[in-house]
Amino acid sequence: MATKEIDSVTGVETTGHIWDGDLKELNKPLPRWWLYVLYATIVWAIGYWIVYPAWPTLNDTYTKGVFDYSQRGEVDKEVAAAKAAQSKYFELIAATPVADIEKNQELLPFVQAGGAAVFGDKCGPCHGKGGGGAVGYPNLNDDDWLWGGTPEAIQQTITHGIRSGDPEARDMAMPRFGIDGVLKPAEIVDTAQFVLSLSGHSTDPAAVERGKKIFADNCTACHGEDGKGNQEVGAPNLTDGIWLYGGKLADIEKSIETGRGGVMPYWTGRLDPVTIKMLAAYVHSLGGGK
Amino acid sequence: MNMMNRTSELAAEAGGYAGRQKIYPKLAHGTFRKLKWGVMILTLGIYYLLPWIRWDRGPNLPDQAFLLDFAHQRLFFGPIEIWAQELYYITGLLILSALGLFLVTALAGRVWCGYACPQTVWTDLMVAVERIWQGDRNARMRLDSAPWTFEKVWKKAGTHISWLLIALATGGALVFYFRDAPTLAHELMTGDAPAVAYVFLGVFTGTTYLLGGLAREQVCIYMCPWPRIQSAMFDQDSLLVTYRDWRGEPRGAHKKGQTWEGRGDCVDCTACVTVCPMGIDIRNGSQLECIQCALCIDACDDIMRKVGRPEGLIAYDTFRNLEAPTHDKRMPLRLIRPRTLLYSALMLLVAGVMVTAWLHRGTMEVNVLHDRNPVYVQLSDGSLRNGFVVKVLNKEHDVRRVRLELDGLEGAQIQVVGFSGEQPVIDIVPDNLRALKVLVTVSAAARDKLAGASTGFRFAIVDAVDGTVMYHKAMFLGPNND
Repeated sequence: MATKEIDSVTGVETTGHIWDGDLKELNKPLPRWWLYVLYATIVWAIGYWIVYPAWPTLNDTYTKGVFDYSQRGEVDKEVAAAKAAQSKYFELIAATPVADIEKNQELLPFVQAGGAAVFGDKCGPCHGKGGGGAVGYPNLNDDDWLWGGTPEAIQQTITHGIRSGDPEARDMAMPRFGIDGVLKPAEIVDTAQFVLSLSGHSTDPAAVERGKKIFADNCTACHGEDGKGNQEVGAPNLTDGIWLYGGKLADIEKSIETGRGGVMPYWTGRLDPVTIKMLAAYVHSLGGGK
Repeated sequence: MNMMNRTSELAAEAGGYAGRQKIYPKLAHGTFRKLKWGVMILTLGIYYLLPWIRWDRGPNLPDQAFLLDFAHQRLFFGPIEIWAQELYYITGLLILSALGLFLVTALAGRVWCGYACPQTVWTDLMVAVERIWQGDRNARMRLDSAPWTFEKVWKKAGTHISWLLIALATGGALVFYFRDAPTLAHELMTGDAPAVAYVFLGVFTGTTYLLGGLAREQVCIYMCPWPRIQSAMFDQDSLLVTYRDWRGEPRGAHKKGQTWEGRGDCVDCTACVTVCPMGIDIRNGSQLECIQCALCIDACDDIMRKVGRPEGLIAYDTFRNLEAPTHDKRMPLRLIRPRTLLYSALMLLVAGVMVTAWLHRGTMEVNVLHDRNPVYVQLSDGSLRNGFVVKVLNKEHDVRRVRLELDGLEGAQIQVVGFSGEQPVIDIVPDNLRALKVLVTVSAAARDKLAGASTGFRFAIVDAVDGTVMYHKAMFLGPNND
């Protein structure tokens, strides 16, 4: 312990340490206000330990504090409040037939906002955030529906899915004409040419003639004699310009060969029935609904 | 600017920090003291009473004339209502205020500091209250140096309790600006007010007591940036509170009947120093601490009258006059100078822009968002469809009935989701925004007439009642290869 030394120039006590032989440091006290603020914060901290969760305890939990506050509890409260605020709309959705939801001016904005949120989460990965679709995943904005575009049909599709394994799923599938050897490769080309001719895009009149017969024998049961499809069995309309798997000759040949057979999952059990109903009304309101 | 008050002098001597030397301002009497009382009554009156003025805006709207309604994102100033997205009007007001401050400072120095600044007004009020409890300057100095007797305790306690009550009223008045005043007053009494109201009441009670009652001149000297900026605003022709040293010096005590020949008018009575709320000596010249409250003018004029010399030894005067070679006659005041012209022109410009913008402010706003996924939809009959969200904002307090129409898109049809018919009349509720999903379809026959992949057109939002039309530009998009 160095003896107390007073610096001759300033008259202030030094810390007693000496560096480089002669360098000393003045022992200046902290400003009073600063010190008092420090003490006040210490007192404050002790109060904090008492009222808020603070210390871990040996039995693997922590002191809860007398205010019984937790951030997770706050979130739970906010979520509960939000759910309570939404509940009147969900009750209204549950009580309204799905086809009438869109006409309800009070409900429509809620369905548009809520439906968009659920759609973006659950449907967007395949159908696109706005339902624009992609190859193999239908565009839900157009008026071309495989299994029906009424609100009820859409609700049914979302609830049980398509070829999803659900007992009530829409299960019909196009046969694998090529893979299963029903049609020879040359016949598939001819059929594809005929299918293209239905929308005026064929390139080979002779092949169309040959394909007409094959189509009549193999395809009309589902797609109809005029090729306009049948929503009862999910058979697409082949006469419009809308193609789920592409409208080029090679795409159509591939469809006939493999039968495609895309899968839409069922959402029953994963979304509650009211949310599915809201989703159906939302999809219908995208513009293509019937 | 090299002279200072006692605290600064001590700090300079100590080579750094010195404890505050308490200032005991003496009560001044005269023109400027009266003016300051008047400004105090006016500004405090506005502050405390403004939230209580009512303004009928009709049903379902606040009837408070001056209300900053953050909860609903509206600012109400009498007939003016500003929405959150129009906050630039407030920016404009602040710019106008800043320019006004510059202009006034160029003309007459720190008028704001001396008379109207809340720090000055509340400090003045706190000192006045202190004077009621403890007496004027000398009595207060005696009391402070006296031992703690019962008399000293109750005088001090009375002062601080009065300060706290004033502070409480200040904090209490502030929160009324943010919520309907009578409702909030009732809520505050019954303990039902929102927590934030109590928090701000507490914060402003604390800061008023601290800054107005305890810190006083230290706020102006150490905390406020304005004194540092002000010297850039002055020039040779600014009217500043000035000691006319050419007249006062050499100073010295003067006995009645003695000649005034060969000496200055200053009798060195320090009346100017004792009344100064900043604790400075104005005779040291212009200085940073001086808030130019002009109380020293009152004090000095009083003395000059008593010793039979002309008033105005301390007065509002300019550097140009002060530094003039002769002082036989005052030079005329130059109010119109490049900087005052510049500030005035800028103020006119800002005010003009604001008024023009306000007059052209519509009570309806329209925004159109084109769907991004999908950008366009091809329908089974070969027609093309684009989806839009049209947002219509109604700032009026009545329902607006509108129709959506298309302008400049041949062969197109419009459909609003949730409404049947080609051109339904849509109610936009008052004071609100309505987002409409709108589908625009161009028929297969008209597709060829589109101007390529993107065709410009306009939405026409037609007021179904008076027929006025508002247009909003949009694009109709289609495939590239068509």
